[in-house]
Amino acid sequence: MKKQMAVWLGLACSGLMAPLAQAATTLTVYTALEADQVKDYKEAFEKANPDVELRFVRESTGVITAKLLSEKNNPQADAVWGLAATSLMILDQQGMLQAYAPKGVEKLNKQFVDKANPPKWTGMDVWAATICFNTVEAAKKGLPKPESWADLTKPIYKGQIVMPHPASSGTGYLDVSAWLQMMGEKSGWDYMDKLHVNMAQYVHSGSKPCKMAAAGEYPIGISFEYRGAELKEKGAPIDLVYPKEGLGWDLEATAILKGSKNLAAAKKLADFSVSLTAMQLYEKNYAVLAMPGVAKQNPYIPADYAKRLSKNNFAWAAKNREAILQEWSRRYESKAAPKS
Amino acid sequence: MLSMVWRWLPQRSSVSGEARVAAVLVWLLVLILMLGLGLPLLFIFAKAVQDGDGGFVGLRNLLQVLDSPGLMRACSNSLQLGVTVTALVVPLAFVFAWALLRSRLWGRGLWRQIGLSPLLAPSLMPAISLVYLFGNQGLLKGWLHGGNIYGFWGVVLGELFYTFPHALLIIMTALSAADGRLYEAGRVLGASPLRQFFTITLPGVRYGLVSAALVVLTLVLTDFGVPKVVGGDFNVLAVEAFKQVVGQQNFPRGAVVGLLLLLPAILSCMVERRMARRQQAALTARAQPFSPAASCWRDGVALLLLLAISLLLLSLLGVGVAASFIRYWPYQMDLTLLHYQFDMVDGGGWAAYVNSLQLASATALLGSVLVFVGAYVCEKLPGAALGRGVLRFLAMLPMAVPGLVLGLGYVFFFNHPANPLQGWYGSLGLMVLCCVAHFYTTAHLTAATALKQLDGEFEAVAASLKVPFWVTLWRVSLPVCLPALVDVARFLFVSAMTTLSALIFIMTPEHSLAAVSIITMDDAGDTAAAAAMASLVVLSSAGVSLLLSLLERLLGQRSQRWRRPG
Repeated sequence: MKKQMAVWLGLACSGLMAPLAQAATTLTVYTALEADQVKDYKEAFEKANPDVELRFVRESTGVITAKLLSEKNNPQADAVWGLAATSLMILDQQGMLQAYAPKGVEKLNKQFVDKANPPKWTGMDVWAATICFNTVEAAKKGLPKPESWADLTKPIYKGQIVMPHPASSGTGYLDVSAWLQMMGEKSGWDYMDKLHVNMAQYVHSGSKPCKMAAAGEYPIGISFEYRGAELKEKGAPIDLVYPKEGLGWDLEATAILKGSKNLAAAKKLADFSVSLTAMQLYEKNYAVLAMPGVAKQNPYIPADYAKRLSKNNFAWAAKNREAILQEWSRRYESKAAPKS
Repeated sequence: MLSMVWRWLPQRSSVSGEARVAAVLVWLLVLILMLGLGLPLLFIFAKAVQDGDGGFVGLRNLLQVLDSPGLMRACSNSLQLGVTVTALVVPLAFVFAWALLRSRLWGRGLWRQIGLSPLLAPSLMPAISLVYLFGNQGLLKGWLHGGNIYGFWGVVLGELFYTFPHALLIIMTALSAADGRLYEAGRVLGASPLRQFFTITLPGVRYGLVSAALVVLTLVLTDFGVPKVVGGDFNVLAVEAFKQVVGQQNFPRGAVVGLLLLLPAILSCMVERRMARRQQAALTARAQPFSPAASCWRDGVALLLLLAISLLLLSLLGVGVAASFIRYWPYQMDLTLLHYQFDMVDGGGWAAYVNSLQLASATALLGSVLVFVGAYVCEKLPGAALGRGVLRFLAMLPMAVPGLVLGLGYVFFFNHPANPLQGWYGSLGLMVLCCVAHFYTTAHLTAATALKQLDGEFEAVAASLKVPFWVTLWRVSLPVCLPALVDVARFLFVSAMTTLSALIFIMTPEHSLAAVSIITMDDAGDTAAAAAMASLVVLSSAGVSLLLSLLERLLGQRSQRWRRPG
């Protein structure tokens, strides 16, 4: 009896104290990919590289970026798979990325790979701003379908729009950055001032506005195309609107952290990330890929989608990220909530 | 003569051996609580005066916080919220307690369970239910007349639900200590029931009311589950602390906000201490228990009040559970188990739920052992006076420390690169320690009360019979206190299952937890999945509570037979 209890106690304690023992290399990967994508990507990679197990730490873009920056002196991550290129460029400015040219990187569109040689990061796919517009609720409220960013500032949409918070969400930041780039700084902020009046909520993640629109909680959600297409596919009563002024966008990209203790395994991840197998995975979710010729037409995404993307100066967006977020917070967070 | 000395010597040495064991035990417990409570708290103070790289900056962080309009606005929002909720929930809880204890209604045990049912749910549950009830697609959206649940009043409603049982427990205790002779005298002197209420009942529970108000205020100020879900643009300090630390990894600023949140808790503890000193024993030896006379009119009113409040509580619990089974609110209202497939959404999936069960079980098991031994050495053992003093202080400290502050302390202390225990960071074991420390006070008080009911003579007799204290503990104190101990275990299990505030800071993806995953799912917009996970938590807490109640009853029949006369 006593012996049995001792065994049990030992088991309980070892379970509590010891991290799980693993046979293969465990690679810690930070990501801002959607949760439903992470599962597929992990399976595919581990199938191709049975000796490496991925340990994903998933958070929204802003949180992951902040986490990586705060761990600068004591990096916990080996690699990053699926984080905004603007965020990776900030890490690069801090000298945190390991230069590495993955096998097959030459097959990628040059535009979607870091200019340095060897590159510090490699692109995966493009994700871009999309408005999810709930037709059922809009009909009830008599709201016309918006066609442009400018439409969203019309008084009729007051309290009907949700968008992601740019500090926590990469999708939120690409919107803000694109408005400032397309309209110029002054008119960009003027535009956001007017939009703020109509805004019902700023939410944590880039997916949530579209999910809220799909559930009818608010009829208009500023989100991105993958979530919109996925929800429409599921039967949500939404239309996807691609504003005519141009779509803000960013790249999902991969990088290796300098100082990784599992460099060999991290390189395998970087290699996999630019491979055809991986691109075929990204293709399920996105319409514009870093490797030309892989993408297929998604019924919910327009054929000329790539042409609708706004001009995006990544270096500018990365360099000014902190200042922009500060200004954004000063304007829209510290002042009283606009609604009653 | 010499032989007597010889006989005396070995006995003395065995007693001192026992005393040494006791002293070691006391200091060991002090060490555990220092590790799980004292040191993390000290590290918050240290962090608050450092910059991001660990250099000393004095009050600069504090000044920066005071200077940022967003944070100060959150601060005033928090206060406004705390005062409003307290002003609403204390009268409600009082009314409920009054209807329970001062009427002769049938089924009071059931009403009591309903009143306490919010304890089984994480604070996110009422918030999610509110979205389904009063959100823009809510069932009762029409009631708001174009208003909006996201914001101040939404948070108030959610916090009402969350804090109600805490206020109820305290007020019920106060109300149940009533001296029947006072009412008798009032009646004889011709005081109307109303007058009796205002001159006897209310003054009698004054202390309980203030105490409940302070507890509620602290809970509201430090909860971030409700404001996170239905707050909308209504920003509060607790959410701000979370944003600073998790969202922006700005630890020094998070520490300052944490310290700001510690203030009201410490303040209310001090007020409570002062009041407790002034409070005279409500029940003297000659008091007669009060038993309400028959009164249809009063029982009718009591029934209405109970019904109204219970309906509110149950709807905030039930709507979330019901919504978790609906395919696609509000467009496809057929039933499905789809939302229980947690692997397709953020938050860690079913593993998070299993982790939570493990955490709660381990907390209940290890916690009740630790608490009981701690209470025993505090109450029953002589010697190591200093150690016992420190232990008593540490046992009462968690009451003044909000979970959020404790969690921050854990981040600063256990994740410090120089800490030899850093490898432990993020493990389930550390989370267990955190839970035990967080809920220590209530558990300790329950165990200590049960032990106090045992006459000190047991130990005296045992000592004179040369029985070491651990034998007395094992053979006498433990069996007698078993029901109280089961109570402690139940409390620890349910608390660990539903708590959010401390653990959200020290959780890692390998050990994600159910309550935390609810926040993650809601952040990603998967409200139905969040509702499903919250329902699972409620179900498991309720199930385990029920099991432990049965166990308690069974144990009561076996080991408490001596309590019954005859």
